[in-house]
Amino acid sequence: MSEGTLYDKVWDRHKVTRLPTGQDQLFVGLHLVHEVTSPQAFGMLKERGQEVAFPKRTHATVDHIVPTGNRDRPYRDEAAESMMAELEENVRGSGIEFSDPDSGNQGIVHVIGPEQGLTQPGMTIVCGDSHTSTHGAFGALAFGIGTSQIRDVLATGCVAMEKQKVRKIEVTGELGEGVTAKDVILTIIGKLGTDGGVGHVYEYAGEAIESLGMEGRMSICNMSIEGGARAGYVNPDETTYEWLRETDAFADDPEEFERLKPYWESIRTDDDAEYDDVVTIDGSAIEPTVTWGTTPGQTAGITEPIPDPDDLPEEDRDTARRAQKHMRVEPGDTMEGYDIDVAFLGSCTNARLKDLREAAAFVEGREVDDDVRAMVVPGSQRVRDAAEAEGLDEVFKEAGFDWREPGCSMCLGMNDDQLVGDEASASSSNRNFVGRQGSKDGRTVLMSPIMVAAAAVTGEVTDVREMEEVATV
Amino acid sequence: MSSPEFSDGEAPAEKVTEVSGTGIPVRGNDIDTDQIIPARFMKVVTFDGLGQFSFFDQRFDDEDEEKDHPFNEEQYRGANVLVVNQNFGCGSSREHAPQALMRWGIDAVVGESFAEIFAGNCLALGVPTVTADQEDIEALQDYVEANPDAEVDIDVAAETIAYGDTVIDATVHDAQRKALVEGVWDTTALMGANEGAVRETARSLPYVPAEHIPGDEA
Repeated sequence: MSEGTLYDKVWDRHKVTRLPTGQDQLFVGLHLVHEVTSPQAFGMLKERGQEVAFPKRTHATVDHIVPTGNRDRPYRDEAAESMMAELEENVRGSGIEFSDPDSGNQGIVHVIGPEQGLTQPGMTIVCGDSHTSTHGAFGALAFGIGTSQIRDVLATGCVAMEKQKVRKIEVTGELGEGVTAKDVILTIIGKLGTDGGVGHVYEYAGEAIESLGMEGRMSICNMSIEGGARAGYVNPDETTYEWLRETDAFADDPEEFERLKPYWESIRTDDDAEYDDVVTIDGSAIEPTVTWGTTPGQTAGITEPIPDPDDLPEEDRDTARRAQKHMRVEPGDTMEGYDIDVAFLGSCTNARLKDLREAAAFVEGREVDDDVRAMVVPGSQRVRDAAEAEGLDEVFKEAGFDWREPGCSMCLGMNDDQLVGDEASASSSNRNFVGRQGSKDGRTVLMSPIMVAAAAVTGEVTDVREMEEVATV
Repeated sequence: MSSPEFSDGEAPAEKVTEVSGTGIPVRGNDIDTDQIIPARFMKVVTFDGLGQFSFFDQRFDDEDEEKDHPFNEEQYRGANVLVVNQNFGCGSSREHAPQALMRWGIDAVVGESFAEIFAGNCLALGVPTVTADQEDIEALQDYVEANPDAEVDIDVAAETIAYGDTVIDATVHDAQRKALVEGVWDTTALMGANEGAVRETARSLPYVPAEHIPGDEA
């Protein structure tokens, strides 16, 4: 059993009582709501004649189904329109604040929480979305829930949960040139497996993590669930506080910041904390990393060979064989040179301002390959506006990227942004499952934003480090 | 099907002490919820009618012709015990996945291991997720394939799975077993009863202002 970790402390502060099932009832500090997983929960609430218990601790936005092109209402897609209308109806008069597209605050739920300062250290945060783990980057305890649990939270302000084990993942050393947070998390999942974290919460620590900005920490915590861990977090520090100071919550209220800071400090993991286990990874050895298969755990460094299924543990062999057939890759080859048709820069993993800046810096003065359709989908309207203020949209458009409106977009293909047929995509998103990007024959290669930018330019999976060298020669 | 009994009062949920019926095997590790129910079928505001879309892209090709998949096979019509392998239900937290399976007719899922959010979502629907060793699961899958009409009995309370002349040891996670066996898996009702304690916890948190606690607004 862990002791003295941030997880233990935040859990204890939010524990209401032990339920007869043996689960703990936890108070939810922030409930984020979006249009896809909430309508049935609101429906169940109505059926029971109940109201939202803590509307002011609840915040809604629309992200999964919104079009990223023409957003005139009614939406051309009738199903999308009806889901949007349902959400509007559900939040109307409920007291729930709604970051809708007219507010200028709309965006992917895991982008808007942090940028508005809704997400804070020491909170419990839930949302009907598995990537809620993102908010753990701030030292919050954040996890995805199902629709029946959304009903629980709407009705009671609480969630029923069992305590998990805590695994510390220490990433030592300094990351190399061209290596980003995305490469770190893909490497971690590759090493520990897609189910390695089941029953665990991941605490990310070590020099390589601490030296990351908030965007990088969010990319890492975001994909905890791809490693089977329902939540992941980084202890809050000066980097966290710097971000928070700029948000709506504290920009005009430095006193409130100072008032809460002792609480944030108090929930940091103690120096003598006990973990259930500790995994150490050498950050300086991580390369730009991509997926070769159809799970986020099937990864390889860009210069590493794709493994022979026969060399893998027995339980991974069938999955690997099927994945290699689907992706049309051969053991022994590297992913470098793998032809792509689509470049997607977006998603709750990698569509924040820093991601767009890095990709734009690479793209500037280069052109998207003739055979590639490339798109940038900013994570939120605020990200879009900030990027446009810096002229990043022009850099992307000039290079041949499509510059779109914010939403989940091609990460899961619930709107018009989808792969067609057996198209291959270089994607900054989080899942390469078969069918994930809207076509069951589609092929997804996950990578960092700058690697997506490099692939867009060359038309194939490319080691961005070599491109940069060429550029500076 | 189980012998549903209604508990008396506090938590209006059925007791799920056992599930009996015929089995259906779906083999493979890491079967994610995007495979169980592709995202395009989630553009709905109710769960009604999701059953028919279970494993849709594994069951139909581009021309909507049936592919080889247990969910297409006549012999498994009416089956209610799904038998799977490792890390079943990984990926997206969509409750649409267990909802689709339940509406297709699945009352219990037996496997080597489950993703956590999926197992939690199943529990919220009163669908047990029962685990057993790899060898036992594979043997059960073989048995069900050879005997699609034979009965499989899951005893949730005793943590066993019986079929033919075989009884295997299974595991039903403690909290899940208690919730199902005692009929206390309706957590909305359970937690709603503790309103006073919830407000106290909320008041003790420095980041929750009084005006966010209904009734405390000064």
